[in-house]
Amino acid sequence: MNLNDTPTDGLDADTAGAASAGLTIAGKTYASRLLVGTGKYRDFDETRAAVDASGTAIVTVTIRRVNIGQHASEPSLLDAVPPSQFTILPNTGGCYTARDAVYTLQLARELLDGHPLCKLEVLGDEKTLFPNMPETLKAAEALVKDGFDVMVYCSDDPIQARILEDIGCVAVMPLASLIGSGMGILNPWNLSLIIEQARVPVIVDAGVGTASDAAIAMELGCDGVLMNTAIAGAREPIRMARAMRLAVEAGREAFLAGRIPRRFAASPSSPMAGRIV
Amino acid sequence: MATITIELNGASHAVGQGKTLHDLIASLDLLGKRVAVAINREVVASPGWQERVLHPADRVEVVVAIGGG
Repeated sequence: MNLNDTPTDGLDADTAGAASAGLTIAGKTYASRLLVGTGKYRDFDETRAAVDASGTAIVTVTIRRVNIGQHASEPSLLDAVPPSQFTILPNTGGCYTARDAVYTLQLARELLDGHPLCKLEVLGDEKTLFPNMPETLKAAEALVKDGFDVMVYCSDDPIQARILEDIGCVAVMPLASLIGSGMGILNPWNLSLIIEQARVPVIVDAGVGTASDAAIAMELGCDGVLMNTAIAGAREPIRMARAMRLAVEAGREAFLAGRIPRRFAASPSSPMAGRIV
Repeated sequence: MATITIELNGASHAVGQGKTLHDLIASLDLLGKRVAVAINREVVASPGWQERVLHPADRVEVVVAIGGG
């Protein structure tokens, strides 16, 4: 693990090249390892501009009741970010029970012409938006059984992550810190335990505040990062979207390159031999 | 025409007796829009809208995708 500052072994040049090439989820490979949300933007133009600047291939959306009596001519998110150009990842934001989450995603699947990829999140309370893991497990089981490809927001607990993987989730998405908090990677050790054991992509799904947080997640060996507020809430969202794209790419490259070990000792970069003094 | 009362997105809504889900969606100007519909928590795929007659107290949900993370 990179946390131990030992270069990752077992990645030969070819594998590294392939890994660098894209993020594979449920058999489909995406060019970008950055996944972005579409909430909290000023309007759909800004949403689209940020999505483009981020270079993402996967955007999350949420499912809500139509505003009755105010419709038809209203612009729609999926016109700005069409399923023909992006993989749309419907979430269950706002769901506090397995039952509501499953129902929401059944509606989402119908809305998106049957596509099975989804983001499951079952929240525990409004203060922390921490996942309710018993309900998350229950929902994940039901959804996998129903044919969904489930990417799951979860606690950064390696045991829970393993159970979700065993259930058949196609990606585990532990929080790095509280949703929307911008507190960054608070427990890199736990994330490393999850990454080390995982056979499905590990995507950090909450808490990123700025570009270095995204780079750290990728340097740890995460397969991707999902964020919304860090971009949408920035003073200049479109510029931050670009920063995040660069950070995810830089972090991934650094992970593949294998960082030097940390040691509390200097080591001269210039050779000692042939000095003129 | 006699009407019945259904629940539409959490609010009472009057529809003509014998009207179908398709009629309801048309009356809302939502035909051809990217919406999904459930009645009493069961998703009804759009090909089934014509056949599904609305009954009193049916709980209809019509949803769209909006911005979210």
